[in-house]
Amino acid sequence: MIYDVVILGGGPAGLSAAVEAKKDGAENVLILERDRELGGILNQCIHNGFGLHTFNEELTGPEYAERYIHQVTDLGIPYLLNTMVLDLTDNGDLKTIHVINEEDGYTVIQSKAVILTMGCRERTSGAIGIPGYRPSGVFTAGTVQRYINMEGYMPGKEVVILGSGDIGLIMARRMTLEGAHVNAVCELMPYSNGLVRNIVQCLDDYDIPLKLSHTITFIHGKDRIEGVSVSQVDEKMKVIPGTEEYIPCDTLLLSVGLIPENEITRNAGVEMDDRTNGSVVGELRQTSIPGVFACGNVVHVHDLVDFVSEEAVLAGKGAAKYVKGTLDTNVTFTTVNGNGISYVVPQQVAMKNVEENVTFYMRVRQVFKDRVVNAYIGDQLVATKKEKKLLPAEMVNFKIAKELLAQYPAGEIRFVVEEAKK
Amino acid sequence: MIKELTCITCPMGCQLTVVDKNDDGNFEVTGNTCKRGPKYAINELTNPTRVIPTTVVVRNAMLPRLPVKTAEPIPKGKIFDAMKVINQVVVDAPIKSGDIIIENLLGLGINVVSTKTMAKC
Repeated sequence: MIYDVVILGGGPAGLSAAVEAKKDGAENVLILERDRELGGILNQCIHNGFGLHTFNEELTGPEYAERYIHQVTDLGIPYLLNTMVLDLTDNGDLKTIHVINEEDGYTVIQSKAVILTMGCRERTSGAIGIPGYRPSGVFTAGTVQRYINMEGYMPGKEVVILGSGDIGLIMARRMTLEGAHVNAVCELMPYSNGLVRNIVQCLDDYDIPLKLSHTITFIHGKDRIEGVSVSQVDEKMKVIPGTEEYIPCDTLLLSVGLIPENEITRNAGVEMDDRTNGSVVGELRQTSIPGVFACGNVVHVHDLVDFVSEEAVLAGKGAAKYVKGTLDTNVTFTTVNGNGISYVVPQQVAMKNVEENVTFYMRVRQVFKDRVVNAYIGDQLVATKKEKKLLPAEMVNFKIAKELLAQYPAGEIRFVVEEAKK
Repeated sequence: MIKELTCITCPMGCQLTVVDKNDDGNFEVTGNTCKRGPKYAINELTNPTRVIPTTVVVRNAMLPRLPVKTAEPIPKGKIFDAMKVINQVVVDAPIKSGDIIIENLLGLGINVVSTKTMAKC
C-alpha cells in the first residue's frame, strides 16, 4: 500500500498535522511513533498552562495530548507505536521510510508525502563541558521530569539547577513539591531563558533563588555528586575571580537548551538552517525536498505547545495540497534576519499558497525594551509589530496580511528590531 | 498602596500594576491585556491560589504514576498539606481523564482529578 501522508512522530506536532492532513482530503494517513503511546513529551509535562490559545482553557500536558489523540482516533487515522524510523529516502514522487519494530521487524513504508515531527532533545552535560568529575546525580531536567512524573523515581533531595529554561524552572517547583530542597537555579546569561510566569510560579512562590550571570565552575564528588562550585560571570561571560561559592548537593539538573532532532532530515538531504538547527521551510512548512514537510520543535524550538499545534496545521494543509497536486512551488519571498533578530521561520513564502496571512515566528538576540519589530521589503516598511518587552526566551509571532505582502512582486522580507517611532 | 505583579494566568506574562488608593480594597489594575489580569491581581493580593499538578501511585497500568491536578486552584498556604494527602493515595487502572481521585481535598470543597486516561494492563 502507498500512503498519502506518513508522519514521523506522534507528539503534539505529529497529531495536529495528521488531523489537518486528513481533514484536508489526504486519505491514507499514518503516524509512526517510537514510544509506547501517542502524545510525545506532553505525557511527562503534567503541569498546567497548556492550551490557553488553542482551547481557551488551562490544561495539563496529558490533557492537551488527549484532545488531539481523540481527534486522531475519531478520524480513524492509524498509528504504529514502538516503531522507530531509521531512514527516509526520496525517490521523486514516492518517499521510502525505513522502520523497525518488534512485531514486524524491518519494514519499508512508501508514501507520497512525509511530515517530519520528531521534536527535539536536550543538550547534555557533554554539550556544555562543565569542569570537574563525572559522578552520578547529574541529569538533564527532562530526564528527571520523566523519572518523577511517569516512572515514580525521585533522584535526589538537595538540588542545584543549571540553566533557567522552562523545564528547569518547572522541575524546581516539582522537586520542591515532592520534598526536595532546591538550593538555586544558576543562569549564565543576565536574563532568564524561561517564561516570566514560570519564574513567578515556580521560583518566587517557593523562595528559590535565581542566580543570573552565574555558572557552575566545578562538579565535586567522584561516585555521587557532592556539590558544585558556582561563580559569577562578567558581561563577556568570563568567570569573575573571587566570586566562587560552594553549594552542597546530591543532584544537578541541566536545563541548558534543546536541539531539534534532525538526523533523519539531514540524511535525507533536506536543506538546513544553521540558526534554528532545523530545516529551511516555506509558509506551509514544505522543505527543500518536494513532498517532505516539517513542523514543531524539529523545525525550531517553540515556547508553547499551542504554537506547535498551529504550525502543524500548516504542514498538514501543505501535505494534503501536495498530494492533490495543488501546492505551488514558486517561492515569492525569502526572509532575512536583520539587526536584533536571531532567526525567522518560515524562511520562504510562496504567495499562491497563502490564504489570509502569514505568521512569521522569530526570536530576538537580546532583551529589548520599548522597541518594535519592523518588516521591510527593499526599503519599504511593510508591517510593524509592537512589543513592550522583547526577550530571547519569548518567541515573537508576527502576523502579516496577504494583501500587504501581495503589493510587492518578490524579494526579501527583512525583519529588524528598531526604536519605536513616536 | 501600589504593587507590581507579573500575571501568571497565561504565558503572556503581563506586568500588572495594582493601586489601592485609600487602602480600602478598591483595587485599580492596569497593564493587563485581557480581563483575566485584574481578576488574577486582586486574587493574588487578597487570597493567592494555585492549581497543583502532581501524581499519585497507580497499579496495573502501563506506568506506575497517574498525573492528577486540583480541579480548582487551592490557597497557596495549603499546597504542602495537599501534597501530603495526595501522596498517600493509591489507585487502580483503568482510569479516565477527569475521574475524581480525591473528593473534597482538605475540606476545601475542591476535588483532585485525573489528567490522563490509563488503561488496565
